Amino acid sequence: MVVLPEEPTPIAKVPSTENKTGGWRTFRPRIIYEKCIRCYICWKFCPEPAIEFDSPDAHPAPKPALAKFDTVKINYDYCKGCGICANECPVNAIEMVLEESIEEEEAD
Amino acid sequence: MVKMILTGNESAAWGARLSRPKVIAAYPITPQTSIIETIAEFIANGEMDARYIRVESEHSAMAACIAAQNTGVRTFTATSAHGLTLMHELLIWASGARLPIVMSVVNRAMAPPWSVWTDQLDSMAQRDTGWMQIYTENNQEVLDSIIISYKVGEKHHILLPTMVMEDAFILSHTSEPVDVPEQKMVDDFLGEYEPAFKLDPDDPAGFGSLIMPEGPYMEFRYKMALAMDAAREEIRKVSQEFGEVFGRYYPGLVEEYRTEDADAIMLVLGTIGSTAKDVVDRMREKGKKVGLARVRYFRPFPFEEIREIAKKADMLGVVDRSYTFGYGANLYAETKSVLYGHSDVPVKNYVMGLGGRDITPEIVEKVFDDMLKIAREGQVDREIEWVGLHGDERWS
Amino acid sequence: MLPGHTACLGCGATIAMRYVLKALGKNTILSIPACCWAVIPGVYPHRTLDVPLLYTAFEVTGAAISGIREALNALGKEDVNVVGFAGDGGTADIGLQALSGAVERGHNIFYIMYDNEAYMNTGIQRSGSTPMGAWTTTTPGGKKRMYKWEPKKSVAEIMVAHNIPYVATATIAYPEDLIAKIKKAKEIKGPKFIQILSPCPTGWRHSPDKTVEISRLAVQTNMFPLYEVVNGTYRITVKPKNPKPIKEYLRLQGRFRHLTDEEIEMIQREVDKRWKELLKKERCSNED
Repeated sequence: MVVLPEEPTPIAKVPSTENKTGGWRTFRPRIIYEKCIRCYICWKFCPEPAIEFDSPDAHPAPKPALAKFDTVKINYDYCKGCGICANECPVNAIEMVLEESIEEEEAD
Repeated sequence: MVKMILTGNESAAWGARLSRPKVIAAYPITPQTSIIETIAEFIANGEMDARYIRVESEHSAMAACIAAQNTGVRTFTATSAHGLTLMHELLIWASGARLPIVMSVVNRAMAPPWSVWTDQLDSMAQRDTGWMQIYTENNQEVLDSIIISYKVGEKHHILLPTMVMEDAFILSHTSEPVDVPEQKMVDDFLGEYEPAFKLDPDDPAGFGSLIMPEGPYMEFRYKMALAMDAAREEIRKVSQEFGEVFGRYYPGLVEEYRTEDADAIMLVLGTIGSTAKDVVDRMREKGKKVGLARVRYFRPFPFEEIREIAKKADMLGVVDRSYTFGYGANLYAETKSVLYGHSDVPVKNYVMGLGGRDITPEIVEKVFDDMLKIAREGQVDREIEWVGLHGDERWS
Repeated sequence: MLPGHTACLGCGATIAMRYVLKALGKNTILSIPACCWAVIPGVYPHRTLDVPLLYTAFEVTGAAISGIREALNALGKEDVNVVGFAGDGGTADIGLQALSGAVERGHNIFYIMYDNEAYMNTGIQRSGSTPMGAWTTTTPGGKKRMYKWEPKKSVAEIMVAHNIPYVATATIAYPEDLIAKIKKAKEIKGPKFIQILSPCPTGWRHSPDKTVEISRLAVQTNMFPLYEVVNGTYRITVKPKNPKPIKEYLRLQGRFRHLTDEEIEMIQREVDKRWKELLKKERCSNED
């Protein structure tokens, strides 16, 4: 039986979050929380956006004054690994790691 | 109902006014300009409540109509010749986006050489754009067809745009008495515009996004084809409804005139129809059995009607006021195409009146005589003939 | 804006969209012509934006947003932001006529030109907005050094010449500046034009992690000055104290790799000239 779309013309309504673009990634950004000063510059410049906020106590703060601020985490479902966050981080708290080496690490 | 003396272009402007489009995008071109000038006066005088966008080209006129209609309002524009061909890309966009825009087209010849007189190549070149096309014969039909076109196009199982053609000068600048319906009656007939979809911040969606070959691109085109097919019945239905309300009954896709028992039937588009009807009467008085079929809608193409017409006569003569540089002009080629396998009646193409060349009753009578000869002999002398070329003694 | 879109790694135009929508909010309708952003939202039936989007033909953004605006006004929805979001090809080249018409008519619209300085969606062909000296696939260099030697067309200045109430340039490395400009424009009725320099790793031939850095260098070298023109009055919004040599901007990008020192010098002179002109415009337009 012929299957036709319901609408007369393409009307795109399904959120793109269905597409897990994390599969494109070659390098994975990894946040070094001991260094992270919670400035959110990485969040600001992420083109996906794949940087999300997490609770302040999700990770120990490098300085007590920072403990009240939200931490950030990377949503690897969508992060394509462009590295802007690592490049822009003012305290080098994000490192870019080759995906395969992480897989090896995890396998070990 | 008020009787007014209106040109074809004023009739088009009245047709638009009575249909209450909320956005008009307008760009001037001879011989269409007086349509948008008349509408500008309506709006300037507070007689018409519409946003009037004086765009910087016809291309932008159609783009603005598409965007406005997609935002959920009825729109109108008008153009001619080069303006229409400039729109080409967006005509395909409008139908693909399934927006029932209505546009007046004043049929004018294409350059070079420059000519502002009537010729139907401009709209014929748009036959594949997915628009409905109606060719009118008089100013009353111009006005009424605009109202009817909104009604047909806006049906949710149709959702296709329509261009309403009038022959340059012959209609556009010629005054005739026209019945202008009362606004209330048109309001009741058309109803408020109910878009099938629209841009709405409360319901975010992307209109017209990318589709890969494995996606439903072909299915959307098929839905358009089904809509165009369904439009045939809808046109017949709405024409009947229009007649019941306004007292003027339009005969659906094709108007037949004295085709019963005819030996030869002429198929035409546009104002040639009224000249030819007169000639038919005169020839009938002389005992010559000729008839006329004025094809009103070229899109959707009236294949059923034409197959029935072919059964009534021994010969069909197809008059085209344009030429497509393939084999025969469009009305001829498509007529033959739908008759193939259904009829063996001889069909001949008469190419006439290009660039506004006058189509006189005398020359129409000569064409009818040629048709009758073919009807008697049972075969065409030549399949395509250009009528009235300089120095051609056959037609002088 | 939602993740899951199909932009290239490190796409500057995507960051630009994030900021624009952040500044405008949900009560917004966008129209996008053929350009990278016609593809970035993904394949039907996917959408990546939380606002309605009308895709249009390449050259009609100006006309399309005119139509949306007037239709909304006719429906009494004057509060909805109407935004054209087009690339540099669709703005500086094929769409310039429709843009000119739209802003001249004075519709209450935003036109955002995200400037990645070439036809990137079709694969890096030269546009009128490609900067002097750049390699593209239609200015491929070769034995004759056929690069883009003509100066970049300044669409912002063309818009200023239309006497519209708001014109600005912005870039993604300065989000606060960009967002402030859009918010300011939001308070102004009439046509608003904002050109956002949006680095493109794929076309500019730079590493995707350098997108923001290059955007910043474009400003710090005066290659792409940030300014706004409110009713004809210029204001440079970011003034580098000690502008860096443009070499620092050029050397990060493969599209400029072929340039000789003399050629870089020539581009530097062009940049200096334009910067001086801009300073002059700022001075003169602020005089009584």
